[in-house]
Amino acid sequence: MASVDAPTQGGFRGWLNKRLPVDSFIRSQLLDYYAPKNFNVWYFFGSLALLVLVMQLFTGIFLAMFYKVGDTTAFDSVEYIMREVDYGWLIRYLHSTGASAFFLVVYLHMYRAFLYGSYKTPRELLWLFGMFIYLALMAEAFMGYVLPWGNMSYWAAQVIINLFSTIPVVGPGLVEWIRGDYGVADATIDRFFALHVVAIPLVLLLLVALHLVALRQTGSNNPDGIEIKEHPGPDGKPIDGIPFHPYYTVKDVFGIGVFLTLFAIVAFFVPTFGNLFMEEANFEPANPLSTPEPIAPSWYFTPYYAILRAVPNQRLGALLLLLAVLAYFFVPWLDRSPVKSVRYRGWLFRGFLALFTVSFLALMWLGMRPATGGYVTAARVFACGYFAFFVLMPWYSRRDRVKPVPNRVSFHA
Amino acid sequence: MTDAAATVNGSEVDQSRRRFLTVATSATAAVGAVFTISPFVASWEPSERARAMGAPVTVDLSKLEVGQMVTYVWRRQPIYIFRRAEQAVQDLAAHDGRLKDPKSLDSEQPPYAKNERRSRRDDIAVLIAVCTHLGCLPKQHFQTGDPVLGTDWPGGFLCPCHGSRFDMAGRVFNGSPASTNLRVPPYSFPAENTLVIGQDEDTAQGAA
Repeated sequence: MASVDAPTQGGFRGWLNKRLPVDSFIRSQLLDYYAPKNFNVWYFFGSLALLVLVMQLFTGIFLAMFYKVGDTTAFDSVEYIMREVDYGWLIRYLHSTGASAFFLVVYLHMYRAFLYGSYKTPRELLWLFGMFIYLALMAEAFMGYVLPWGNMSYWAAQVIINLFSTIPVVGPGLVEWIRGDYGVADATIDRFFALHVVAIPLVLLLLVALHLVALRQTGSNNPDGIEIKEHPGPDGKPIDGIPFHPYYTVKDVFGIGVFLTLFAIVAFFVPTFGNLFMEEANFEPANPLSTPEPIAPSWYFTPYYAILRAVPNQRLGALLLLLAVLAYFFVPWLDRSPVKSVRYRGWLFRGFLALFTVSFLALMWLGMRPATGGYVTAARVFACGYFAFFVLMPWYSRRDRVKPVPNRVSFHA
Repeated sequence: MTDAAATVNGSEVDQSRRRFLTVATSATAAVGAVFTISPFVASWEPSERARAMGAPVTVDLSKLEVGQMVTYVWRRQPIYIFRRAEQAVQDLAAHDGRLKDPKSLDSEQPPYAKNERRSRRDDIAVLIAVCTHLGCLPKQHFQTGDPVLGTDWPGGFLCPCHGSRFDMAGRVFNGSPASTNLRVPPYSFPAENTLVIGQDEDTAQGAA
């Protein structure tokens, strides 16, 4: 293949490539970037997360054109968007559905890493960038949820900000500093708006860029957890790799097609998704004198919320909530297994992964139920299951009876 | 590079001097960065306006019957004010064993409310209606033996968010996620039936 950006290249393309490395960038990132040939359905969610990010930026920019920040104007401006702006309802529903879709694809993307050990050497940093993206996404979603200034917005802000009051000594002052008032107020929503539309999106974009650069450095893992770079063919390219373009761009476009179909069905027909994506209490203006009943965060936070409520001590509850999220960061170092993929791991790891899966989903459901009697007991049991997955990982990942890993990926055309 | 006596253009380079200058410059810049960031951090504190809006609130108690409760807002926090029957105050001591902090040793209140009834006066209770767990609004369940809370319920408050329970003095029951009693704001009674929230002997000369 002749070098496409050779100095002899003429015309506009030659002019451009002398000044901007367009062709060499496309070549290095898409044509000469070899990805394992055995990707399966779990490998759609990274590109889908990127798509949702772009969609959220786009719909968010348009919402910001009509939204009026402030404790007296926010709720009315959202109603204005919903009732009077042409297609305002659609733009808002795309944004609110996008928030839930974002978490759905990110959770599936993370679960893929658990299945195939994608966080293991040499991809620890790739995983950490991903976890920071997840943290930033949580902050972004929480602040975005406060902006419509419905009653659930208000009380979500009240409860979540109060989590910081459990920090010894500095807690109470810190809470006042975050709110900018003695209670959740105009000052709070104003700063959340600035963070939601400017600061955190910038952080997110930077982290996504780092995530992708780290991915390009190590190359993708695959369902067999085999490093394809270790088995190059005579041309130096991995035998089990195929160029990202056209093979995976086409695959991802197909995935995007399926995703957008489902996404459109939700946005058009069930945007509230039975109180899960948008809660009824949030269609009432914020009322500092009335806590909505029941009060529950959005579905993507409920597993952690259930853990928080399961603990009869406030400081310990907040600490466990924090640990539940931070636990993910340590997984690359907790997992001592010599193999990556669940395909070659033994029943011990599979059992604990199943325990984690069941616990996470059960906690998600329990976080939406009232905090009484049997629900709290169940939340305690599943919280133990959740933490057992992480805490016992150094033990069971080493004790596990793994199968021999083949040299080549398994691939069925 | 690592050689302490490297040469540039034939003359010797004093690496330790260079290192000192680098460290000194970086340290100075770091101090400058902290100073630069401080106004931005300070801007998040409650503004002058927010502080001014936190002025004391006056409440007329003349129409408050025994067993009745009114809610006022002071510093954006709902304040519960209710008049307790003499019997209710006497009964407070009966369930001390079921409380996390019956003597209010770990709870937040002005000195005159650091007692078992958590109030200045026996009859009038003034509490910040912000659950000390995570800030929801505890709901009034004054009836003893409330059907939801069981036959031994002595009357008090239940937080709908995470199920914290408090008695008629805002003291938290065992088994609640909240670990301290409901907070008591500073307050005073300039007259028999006048309550001022946010002002007492301590704050009178001060900012308020």
